[in-house]
Amino acid sequence: MVLYSLTFYLFSSVAVLSALMVISAKNPVHSVLFLILSFVNASGLFVLLGAEFLAMILVVVYVGAVAVLFLFVVMMLDINFVKLREGFLQYLPFGALLGIVLVIELGILFLTDRSSNIYNNQTPIQPIINEVENTKMIGQILYTEYFYLFQICGIILLVAMIGSITLTLRDKGGVKKQNIDSQNTVDASTAIEKKKVKIGEGI
Amino acid sequence: MTYDILITALIIVAQILAVVVPVLISVAFLVYAERKVLALIQLRRGPNIVGPFGILQSFADALKLLTKENIIPSGSNKIVFILAPIITMVLSLAGWAVIPFSPGWVVSDINVGIMYLFAVSSLGVYGIIMAGWASNSQYPFLGALRSAAQMVSYEVSIGFVIITVLLCVGSLNLSKIVLAQQTVWFAIPLLPMFIIFFISALAETNRLPFDLPEDESTLVAGFFTEYSSASFVLFFLGEYASMILMSSMTVILFLGGWLPPFDVYPLNVVPGVIWFTVKVIFILFLFIWVRGTFPRYRYDQLMRLGWKVFLPFSLFWVVVTSGFLVYFDMLPN
Repeated sequence: MVLYSLTFYLFSSVAVLSALMVISAKNPVHSVLFLILSFVNASGLFVLLGAEFLAMILVVVYVGAVAVLFLFVVMMLDINFVKLREGFLQYLPFGALLGIVLVIELGILFLTDRSSNIYNNQTPIQPIINEVENTKMIGQILYTEYFYLFQICGIILLVAMIGSITLTLRDKGGVKKQNIDSQNTVDASTAIEKKKVKIGEGI
Repeated sequence: MTYDILITALIIVAQILAVVVPVLISVAFLVYAERKVLALIQLRRGPNIVGPFGILQSFADALKLLTKENIIPSGSNKIVFILAPIITMVLSLAGWAVIPFSPGWVVSDINVGIMYLFAVSSLGVYGIIMAGWASNSQYPFLGALRSAAQMVSYEVSIGFVIITVLLCVGSLNLSKIVLAQQTVWFAIPLLPMFIIFFISALAETNRLPFDLPEDESTLVAGFFTEYSSASFVLFFLGEYASMILMSSMTVILFLGGWLPPFDVYPLNVVPGVIWFTVKVIFILFLFIWVRGTFPRYRYDQLMRLGWKVFLPFSLFWVVVTSGFLVYFDMLPN
């Protein structure tokens, strides 16, 4: 139990600290790296809760794919962060307002009856160990009870994907592309063409 | 009470060492084997001076590299520059925690073993991206960009291949995946997926013909151009350790892990760990053989293969497999 608490405090403190570093780091690439550290620690917390499937999904999807593309974009863009920070004070009231609203919302949620039932429960939160793996449990509930919602989520993602492709795809022209089929059918007889070139004329 | 924790901790450390040390030693011999096999393919002799048949060549190379000066470029981002090889090395060793070498021979037999392996292998790209960015130099940066695009693309098809196998197993636990192959290895009913997985594993480990991130004929040495001495050794060890890791993943998913090919008398007496090792060596030989045979892919060909060939085909095969399993009522449990 001591070990459990220690790992919990390790993961949560690193997660919070790295989240702080995300917004305070001077270099945008460092920010993304701290974001990744924060994700990894959050997945560690999921493992401690006994939600190992969610933990792995978090690492695969967010750290393995989303954050890679994030890092990719941040590395490619040449952002002058000193310039970007000039407007910091200007946006401060707005940011502070957003923060306060979030804190109030969380406070209301915490104080209402619905959630306080959970917290009044005196037993400490421990990993729920079931006979059924939680991967199976998620699958059983996702594909039965929430089947339509799940499908709608998929469609929304598809729409977003098509939207971003149509926004960015344009035929620039003059791009040389290899036609793989014609390339594969090339043999010695079709690859070489003999021409008699007259001197001073060219082809 | 406190002694219990101490003893548990000691046992865990001993288990980790029992896995990591053989892996690192096998990396040394893998490098030797690669040089020897490539030499045979090219009608050369390969390393033959250090030790009998040159078998100690890798150890000599490692010593030589470790005694050299570790150069950190002045324009580099120092912390990230030093972190990058460490991350590569740690991630390539972290995956071994869930690999079952024989029944019960596994450091951590977790429920989501295959997901864990997939997660760790998808994190491998960070070492490369960080190295490329922190070096603050053009060649490593280009290598890192290529690597990021390449690994993200091939992970998608690896994911679908894993899903196909999981459909036939009904569990994410690696030991259960192996035990599900007692009647027939998945390489036979899922042969196309086996091939796709093998090729994607080549791309995932940046091996030829997909070694564009280090592409020595255009990018000097790709993402580790600026690395020297110990940090270079860490990259090198990490790459080869992850190569062995991917091979063991292939063996577990498709070649029946520790199981003998046929459950008959002389074969099933041989310990499982020997079968496992033999199969891993076979896959590693394929890795080296491919390197000695195929020319490097061009970048656009690589992307085309990943997105336009493997992705649709593996998606199609997931549908076919699940349709087959449902129609013949063969879904596990």
